[in-house]
Amino acid sequence: MEIKFTEESLKKLEEAKSRYPTNDAALMSALWIAQEQFGWISNEIMLYISSLLNVPFERILGVVEFYTMYNKQPVGKYHLQVCTNISCMLCGGYDVVDYISKKLNIGLGETTPDGKFTLIEAECLGSCGTAPMMQVNNYYEENLTKEKIDSILTKLSNS
Amino acid sequence: MSDFQPIILKDIPDFHKIEVYMKNGGYGAFKKALKMKPEDIIDEVKKSGLRGRGGACFPTGMKWSFMPQKTEKPKYLCCNGDESEPASFKDREIFEKNPHQFIEGTLIACYALGIKTAYVYIRGEYYPWIVMLQKAIDDAYAKGLIGKNILKSGFSVDIYIHRGAGAYICGEETALLNSIEGKRGLPRVKPPFPANFGLWGCPTTINNIETLANVPPIIENGGEWFSKIGEPKHPGSLLYGLSGHINKPGIYELPSGTLLSDLIYKYGEGVKDNKKIKMIIPGGSSMPPLTADEIDGLKMDNEHLKAVNSFIGTGGIVVMNEDTDIVKVIKRIAQFYYHESCGQCTPCREGCGWMLRILKRIDDGMGRQADIDLLNDVANNIEGNTICAFGDAAAWPVKWAIKKFLPDFEQKVRENVKIPIANKVHALRLVSLE
Ligand SMILES: Cc1cc2nc3c(=O)[nH]c(=O)nc-3n(C[C@H](O)[C@H](O)[C@H](O)COP(=O)(O)O)c2cc1C
Ligand code: SF4
Repeated sequence: MEIKFTEESLKKLEEAKSRYPTNDAALMSALWIAQEQFGWISNEIMLYISSLLNVPFERILGVVEFYTMYNKQPVGKYHLQVCTNISCMLCGGYDVVDYISKKLNIGLGETTPDGKFTLIEAECLGSCGTAPMMQVNNYYEENLTKEKIDSILTKLSNS
Repeated sequence: MSDFQPIILKDIPDFHKIEVYMKNGGYGAFKKALKMKPEDIIDEVKKSGLRGRGGACFPTGMKWSFMPQKTEKPKYLCCNGDESEPASFKDREIFEKNPHQFIEGTLIACYALGIKTAYVYIRGEYYPWIVMLQKAIDDAYAKGLIGKNILKSGFSVDIYIHRGAGAYICGEETALLNSIEGKRGLPRVKPPFPANFGLWGCPTTINNIETLANVPPIIENGGEWFSKIGEPKHPGSLLYGLSGHINKPGIYELPSGTLLSDLIYKYGEGVKDNKKIKMIIPGGSSMPPLTADEIDGLKMDNEHLKAVNSFIGTGGIVVMNEDTDIVKVIKRIAQFYYHESCGQCTPCREGCGWMLRILKRIDDGMGRQADIDLLNDVANNIEGNTICAFGDAAAWPVKWAIKKFLPDFEQKVRENVKIPIANKVHALRLVSLE
């Protein structure tokens, strides 16, 4: 597959570039736009962005590796990121991990065979008052209980 | 429940909408500021005694006065909404409930400091809140409150959001600058300080979101008014965050110096299942923990917390009940710092790994008495020996937990010794020792 930004992505990139005095400052935005379009950041995508922004490939690789939210590998359609940091841990964050892991039959960092779900453990997501919680793609699911997890997973499985 | 009238999280329906905000006097302080001399604004903020809400409690007025006035270079304001310190979730509340007051504070700061561009750095995970703030910014642009020649004053400013991508260290102000420049978030060696050499080498001020949200009421009601709220040395309201084993977790805006016991029992409605408290983290995971004995009479502001060897930090309070396994909690905190160290300084990069491995060993029942001393040693060797304050943040919880909860560590070392039996001689010696 040829790696190319869609018209919409290119427009977003131009808009991002206009916010900074230098082109290379738009790198993080470019990576977000790429992740939105492709789902993850491959070497080919980094090379493509390198040519778009005129930034060396090595610098892009460094940035992608540094920030945890850029997916270095393909992830499932729904990226379940369960917080296990202190406030969530005290309220059962690890039980949430175990429960989802058993239910979907995948370990941490794994994806279900149908490519629907990837499960990971996340650091504090700033949702301590509504613990335990997880982030599903861009959105937060808070005050989790077994029943709530069941209904979230059922809804996502059917979509 | 309290007579205190919130300054930021006001109880007005739909306050996040620009029409409601303006109907209640919103952007009035900015209009007033536009008629003031920039120096007078800075003086008013100095008079207010406002201290940074990002963790370090640095006096805001003083920070602003460090910005050079005459310079050829553009100047920048960075609004720090990285909010990645575990147990902190207050800035998100501002984005959601009162984004315009934060925007107004940003506008006033830009006007006072002669800044034409402000970047709001928001952690990547806060996508829904980025959308909310962007909407508020767009609405303010549409009303001519941001942009060119605002309200025909001749003053122009742009406000942009920069989305982070999951790195706690980008909350550190110089790492944040690198991140906005599109680089890895590695903290810079100071000096030079950002006020002289910040974004793209230009004069830059970095302020927390809550700090900036406090500016409009200060301009509206005067610095003196603000300085009389709460504790004189750390005035104003604080957005306290309650989490952990507490009946009513959440963000509570109350005057600085509110009693910790009131926060837990009055506002938080006590500990879950009526249990006793074992440990409290007073202001985010980096801050030295407190014992239950230290709660009574303790006022929550930086000066009073210093007296018990801790700090207010971001005001994120974690309550842990009597059944909490302290070693496990500290291990989890150490795991966080190990994961988030940027790796530039050897004491931090290696030390965080060592602390985690030793804590794991103790928690797994394979620890020895000497491990506790070693752990303390490693923590002491990180503290003060690094480029940025992350090193201290990683060392403090470990060091102070050992100091204040030594019996918990010793118990784990003594009781569950499961030393792996590598050879028979060793095993025999162990048996004969018993
Ligand atoms: C490791 C580390 C993480 C930090 N994270 C944040 C953060 O998430 N938000 C924040 O406002 N300040 C954070 N700070 C403090 C900033 O460096 C800086 O002091 C602050 O943003 C200044 O704003 P203020 O003076 O208004 O508090 C952090 C500091 C360190 C050392
Ligand atoms: S103290 Fe840690 S996080 Fe800070 S610069 Fe050094 S290695 Fe990086």
